[in-house]
Amino acid sequence: MRRLRPETRWAYVFVLPWLAGLLVFQLGPMVASLVLSLTDYDLIDSPRFAGLDNYTRMAEDPKVARAIGNTVLYTALHVPLAIVIALALALILNRVTGRAAGVFRTVFYLPSMTPYVAVGVLFLFLLNGQAGMVNQFLALFGVSGPQWTTDPDWMLAGIVVMSLWNLGTTTIILFAALRNVPRELSEAAMIDGAGAWQRFRAVTVPMISSALFFVVIINTITSLQMFDQVYTMYFSSQTAQQASGDAALFYVVYLFQQAFQFLHMGYASALAWVLFVVIALITLVQVKVGGRLVYYEAEEHA
Amino acid sequence: MGFGLPDEIATVRVDAFKKAYPGVEVAINQGQFDEQAFLSAVAAGNPPDVVYLARERIGTYAARGAIQPLDACVAKEGIATGDFYPAAQQQVKYDGKWYAMPEFYNSIVLLVNNKAAKDAGVAPQDIDTSDWDALAALAKKMSKVSGGKIERFGFYPKLPEFLPLWAKANGADILTGDGRTSLLGDPKVAEALEYGDRLVRSQGGWTRLKAFVDTFDYFGEQNPFAKDQVGAMLTEQFVVSAMAGTSPDADITVLPFKDRQGRPVNNVGGNAWVVPKGAKNPDAACRWIKTMTAADTWVAAARARADKRAKEGKVNIGTYTGNAKADEVIFSQIVKPSGHKAYDDAVTVIRSVQEAGFVVPQSGAAAEFTKAWQDAATRVLLGRAKPAESLRQAQEETQRALDDAGHS
Repeated sequence: MRRLRPETRWAYVFVLPWLAGLLVFQLGPMVASLVLSLTDYDLIDSPRFAGLDNYTRMAEDPKVARAIGNTVLYTALHVPLAIVIALALALILNRVTGRAAGVFRTVFYLPSMTPYVAVGVLFLFLLNGQAGMVNQFLALFGVSGPQWTTDPDWMLAGIVVMSLWNLGTTTIILFAALRNVPRELSEAAMIDGAGAWQRFRAVTVPMISSALFFVVIINTITSLQMFDQVYTMYFSSQTAQQASGDAALFYVVYLFQQAFQFLHMGYASALAWVLFVVIALITLVQVKVGGRLVYYEAEEHA
Repeated sequence: MGFGLPDEIATVRVDAFKKAYPGVEVAINQGQFDEQAFLSAVAAGNPPDVVYLARERIGTYAARGAIQPLDACVAKEGIATGDFYPAAQQQVKYDGKWYAMPEFYNSIVLLVNNKAAKDAGVAPQDIDTSDWDALAALAKKMSKVSGGKIERFGFYPKLPEFLPLWAKANGADILTGDGRTSLLGDPKVAEALEYGDRLVRSQGGWTRLKAFVDTFDYFGEQNPFAKDQVGAMLTEQFVVSAMAGTSPDADITVLPFKDRQGRPVNNVGGNAWVVPKGAKNPDAACRWIKTMTAADTWVAAARARADKRAKEGKVNIGTYTGNAKADEVIFSQIVKPSGHKAYDDAVTVIRSVQEAGFVVPQSGAAAEFTKAWQDAATRVLLGRAKPAESLRQAQEETQRALDDAGHS
């Protein structure tokens, strides 16, 4: 056997805790849930092998279709909005210099420090159709706001509004990318007579495209996994649940209900695995497509 | 698990147990009952010895084998089950066996905001829920809406939660006594739901009204009656009890909810004590349950509550226990007229509707059953389905769940 160099050996020693954690807390449970997804398991009695029953049942379950529809629609609304707004915020931040800069960077990130559960409760108040501040604000312009929290046609819109609260991380990543755009490029373009929009389109966006690409992927994944805020708002108690019907049923919420409310652990495991595969596929597609659109400085460009 | 020590009603009874059984170490995992935590604990084989939860869940857990029958416990400790109200007894039995012992006995009454009634030109005590047409007209008169904004909910029928009560008021049950056959498809249930839906629609529509009631704080000084936000509503008596503490001078009237024949109807509920499967100390659990629900313990707790409220100068409308024998003593010896007529009359009304108490029979699919009728009523309130078709769907869903559950 080839002898490892001492440094290499030490590297493995240091990686060991992480590896152990990965095996015990990540891969182990994942394999267990894959096995469970092929069984009928209610926590109390031992699992009973059921083949692919759980997966065929998913295909026929109208609630799964509804949950997927809600989740996909939410993702399609949230991701572009979140990125455009976060980019706008990052551009503003990029303009602030001097001593105030630190303050503003902190302030822009602060909302992201709010725990998700608190955000859910907070927005339940803000969005309340009768007494919420969102509708009070709309009323200033003579707009009679919708019943965000109780009208099934508006619940998803309300959730998208709420989701724009936690943009801190996306903003910071984009801001860091903007800081790295070399000033010379912009200046050169300016000398060539490029306007502000042209400079933004032709210089800034390509230069931060790898960061943009990264936040698109991350935001897509977290959107598909949306749970905490929605669960707090519409599923935390029985009264809340029956009032919202299926309008706020997200995929992970349904998964959680199946697992911990109805104790269909096998079915819930199957749901989890389908989500995992879907996210893996979406990310793969994004990487393939993104490779063509993203500019990496380190690459050779002919 | 599921229990807490928020007040003297709890602490006095816990102290009574500790005094009676000094050898038993009591550790209370305080906090609301959490289904996930409970079932995980049972599945892991390390459940608490005794759990406190809502009675309507018992059937589901019993059918799944998550809780154990208490027949042996009742026999060994000589628990006086005959002291409990009949409706409470019915609710803690499943498949002919005791699975729990009942705690409180919550009755539903009609709570009227006198100002709203007077605004509508009606003497509060003359309001009679047996005449549905008159009630609908009154609801409309008491409600205040301006420009899409609800200012006062005229009559809050508490749907979808109280659908079983509305069905009963229309002379219909939603489940057979043996808990095996769903009756949600009964046209009389549909008629009741249609009526409730009409009430809600005429007062501004469900989405607005629901957003409005979401802002209510029933247990604070700024309750919807103090703020004139509701004309009349159906509610459990504990809301009245809380208001006695926060708003002793509230201008309210408590009335029985009457069915269409003019007889009081009252859908009762409350919590109960159960012993999970795999509990390590079932004997101690049994003694605990016996102590907590015994007449003597309840009387001592109610006395402590009365003393405390008296010391604070607050109105006490009494403690409504699942133990009829305890209630006899509490309401003849402990609860004294407070001088606040509204609340003194309320006590009389609540006591009078207790014997009309009914429960939805226990079944092995209790959780699914409840969810199905609540969903059905919600669909109607949201205008997504007509009452008859929505309930027919619920009938099918529930019958399938009932057939699947337990009874093996």
